[in-house]
Amino acid sequence: MNRRLVNKDALVRLVLAMFALSSLLFLFIIFVFILSEGLPLFYGVGVRNIALGMKWAPTRGFFGIFPMVISSFMVTFGALVVGAPLALACAAYLSEYAGKKTKIFLKPSLELLAGIPSVVYGFLGVVYIVPFIRDYIGGPGFSILSTSIVLGIMVLPTITSISFDSLMSVPAAFREGSFAMGATKWQTVYKIVLPAARSGILASFILGMGRAIGETMAVIMVAGNALKIPTSLTDPLRTLTSNIALELAYATGDHRRALFSTGVVLLVIIMVLNLLANFWVKRRVGR
Amino acid sequence: MRLPPRFVDKAMRAGLRAQAMFTVAILVTIILIIFVKGFPYLTAEFIFSYPEDMGRLGGIFPSIVGTLFLGLLSIVFATPLGIGTAIFLTEYTRESNFTRIIRFGVESLAGIPSIIYGLFGFIFFVIKLKMGWSLLSGTLTVAIMVLPTIIRTSEEAIKAVPKTLRTVSFSLGATKWETVTRVILPSAAPGILTGIMLSIGRAVSETAAVIFTMGSSLRLPTSIMDSGRTMAVHFYILAREGISMEKAYATALVLVFSILIINILAYYIMHRMIARYS
Amino acid sequence: MCTTKIRVRNLCVSFEKKDVLKDLDLDVYENRVLGLMGPSASGKSSFISVINGMINFEENGRFEGEVHIEGFGTLWDGTDDVALRKKVGTVFATPIPLPRSIFENVVFGSRLKGIRKRSDLQAIVEESLRKAFLWDEVKNRLSESALKLSGGQQQRLCLARTLALKPEIILLDEPCSGLDPISTAKIEEALSELKSDHTIILVSNNTKQIARASDFVAFFYMGKLIEFGPTVDVFTKPENRLTEDYVLGKFG
Repeated sequence: MNRRLVNKDALVRLVLAMFALSSLLFLFIIFVFILSEGLPLFYGVGVRNIALGMKWAPTRGFFGIFPMVISSFMVTFGALVVGAPLALACAAYLSEYAGKKTKIFLKPSLELLAGIPSVVYGFLGVVYIVPFIRDYIGGPGFSILSTSIVLGIMVLPTITSISFDSLMSVPAAFREGSFAMGATKWQTVYKIVLPAARSGILASFILGMGRAIGETMAVIMVAGNALKIPTSLTDPLRTLTSNIALELAYATGDHRRALFSTGVVLLVIIMVLNLLANFWVKRRVGR
Repeated sequence: MRLPPRFVDKAMRAGLRAQAMFTVAILVTIILIIFVKGFPYLTAEFIFSYPEDMGRLGGIFPSIVGTLFLGLLSIVFATPLGIGTAIFLTEYTRESNFTRIIRFGVESLAGIPSIIYGLFGFIFFVIKLKMGWSLLSGTLTVAIMVLPTIIRTSEEAIKAVPKTLRTVSFSLGATKWETVTRVILPSAAPGILTGIMLSIGRAVSETAAVIFTMGSSLRLPTSIMDSGRTMAVHFYILAREGISMEKAYATALVLVFSILIINILAYYIMHRMIARYS
Repeated sequence: MCTTKIRVRNLCVSFEKKDVLKDLDLDVYENRVLGLMGPSASGKSSFISVINGMINFEENGRFEGEVHIEGFGTLWDGTDDVALRKKVGTVFATPIPLPRSIFENVVFGSRLKGIRKRSDLQAIVEESLRKAFLWDEVKNRLSESALKLSGGQQQRLCLARTLALKPEIILLDEPCSGLDPISTAKIEEALSELKSDHTIILVSNNTKQIARASDFVAFFYMGKLIEFGPTVDVFTKPENRLTEDYVLGKFG
C-alpha cells in the first residue's frame, strides 16, 4: 500500500475542509462583533426602550428605534405591492408564454436590472420620482411612495427569478392534463400552474422582502429623514438601514453602540425572514 | 357578466406580455437616461484627471483606480476560498450534517445586507485590527460579501460536469486531486469564470459596505493601507451632497457601463468556452 | 503453455449488502483473451470493477476473497488503486472522450505519469493509435476535438488512450455495444493483435463476439461462474446445460 499517496489525498481533503469552514468562521465573527457592539446597550438601556422606544436622539440618551422599525416594514411591504405583481407577471410570461427570441433578451434584461448599483437607483429616484410625487401627489416627495417604487423595482429581479424557477419546476404533465380537458392557457396558468408553484412564489416574496428591508443606499436618497412614524403614503421616513448609514461616520460611544444595536435588530428581522422562506420551501419539497 | 374564456386568455396574454415589456422598458430607460445625461461630460480628461473642488471639477481617476483595486483584489481573496469550498462540497464529501452546516453558513452569509457588512468591516478591520479606512479593509470586507456567490456558482458549474468524465479519469490512473485539477475544473471553468465576473460586478457596485471600510479619500491610493474612493462611493457623495449633477451623471455612466461590460464579458466567455468544448 | 496472470479464489462481491458474485474461482491467463459472457446482472461488470479497483468508488461496494495479480500483488481494501489502474486499463461500454483534442486524449495518462517531452508524447500517440487501428483516420487531425469523431472512432480512441499507459491487463466492458459492424470488427482485430503483449478480459452480451474474439470463455449466470474453458470447447461441447442453452440463444 502506498502510504504517501493516501496521505496526500487526506491532506488535500483537510485543506479544502478548512476552506469550507471559513464561511462558517466568517459568519461567526460577523455575529460576534456585531453582537458585542450592539448587545450591551440592550442590557444598559433596556430592550424595550430601544426596540419600542419612540424617540431617537442618541446624543441625549434616547435610543428609540420603533418608528424606524415600522418605517422599514412599511416600505418593504410597499416594495412588494409595487414589485411583486410585476415580477410575477414577468415570471409567468417567461415560463409559460415567451418564445425563444423573447427569452433571449428578457432574461438578460432582468439580470442587468439586478446588476445596476443601488446608488444609481437612488439617484434616479431622487431626480425623477421624488419631484414627481411632490408636484403631482403631494408632500415633500421623499416618502413611503417614492421609497416603495424604487425598492419595488430593485427587488423585481429577485422575485422574478425565484418565481420563474418555481414555475418551471411544475411538471409538464399538470399543464398537459389541463389542456387535454379543454382549458385555455390562462385558465391553466391561473388555476393549475400558479397554485402548484405557490410555495416557491411565496418564498420569493419573502426573500424579496429580505432584500428590500436590507437595502440602504437607495433608501437614503429617496426616503427623506423624518424620525416619526409616517402616517400617510406621502410622509417622509427613516428606515433602520438609513439610520445606521447616516450616522455611523460621526457617531461615538453610546451613539455608535446604538447604531450597532439597530444592526442587531435588523439582523434578527432578516434571519426570521430567511427562516420563514426556508420553511416554506421545505414544505414544498415535503409535498 | 362572465367574460368568454377565449377573450380572457388573449387579454391576459397581452397583459402579461405588456408587463414583461414594461420591465425591459424600465431597464432601457435607466440606461438611456444615464447615457444621454452623462455622455456629454465623458471626456478623456474626465477619466484620467483628478477631482478638484470636492469633485465639482476635474475627473475621477483616483476612484477608477480604487474601483479596479477593490474589484480585482477582493476576487483574489475570495476565489481560492470559494472554489476550494465548492470542490470540497462536491468532490470530497457526501451529503451529511457537516455539509448541511456549511451550506447554512454560506446561505446565511449571502443573506446579510451590505450595511451590516459595513458595520462589521468597520468595527473589525478598521477599528479592532487597526487597519483604518483602507483599501485592505474594504477589500477584505467585500471579499467575504462575494464569497457565497462564488461558492454557489462554482458548485453549480462543478456539478454540471458529467460523472462519466470522472470515471474515465480514474480509470486512467489519476488521483482524486489530479481528476479535479485536470478534468473537472477545466470543464467547469466557464461557469466558474462567469460567477467570478458577476462577483466583480457586485463588488464594484457596492457602496454601503465600502464607504465605511475604505473611506472616501479623494486622493489616489498608492498603497493597500491608503484610503480611497470607488466610483460608486464618489457617485453617492456627488449626488447626495449635491456637488455636481453633471459629474454625477458622468460617473454613473462610467460605473454602469463598466458593470454592463463585465456582464456581457461574463456571458461571452461562458458561451465561447462552452462552444469550444462541444 | 499458459501462465496465470490473475488468480481469483473464493471471490464474493456485494453492493449494498446484496451479493452480486459468489464463490468465484477463476484463472485469467496471460497474453490471452478471456471472454466473460452471461445475461445482464450476472456479475460480469462487478468482477471487472474489482480488477480495476473502481469498486471502491461504488457506495457500499465490497469484496472478499483472494485476487492475486502477477506483478502487482493481492488486492484488498487498502490497495493503492491509483497504482493498480496504471497497470489495468479499462474501456467502457459508452465511449467517453475527454472534451479536448485527440492528441490530448491519448496522452492524458502519460502526462499523469510525468512524461512531458513533446517528442516522447508524439511517439506514444502514434504507437497507441496504430494499435487501436485508428492512426490512419486521424493522423492529420490530432489537434481537433475528440468530440467530432464518430462513435466507432471515439471508442477506438478510448482504447488508444488506455494503451498509451502500456497496461499489463486490459478490461473491455461491452466495448462494441452500439457500434457499427465495421468499428466492431476493427476493435476485435485490434484485440487479437494486442493479446501478445497484454492480458485481456472482454465482457460481452454478444455470444457471437465472444466466440470470435476470445481464447477462453467464462460463463456467468446470476452471480456464479457456471462454466470455464477454451472457447472452442465451451461453444461446441458445453458441459453445463445452462451454458448450452445460453450459447444457443435460448435465453439471454
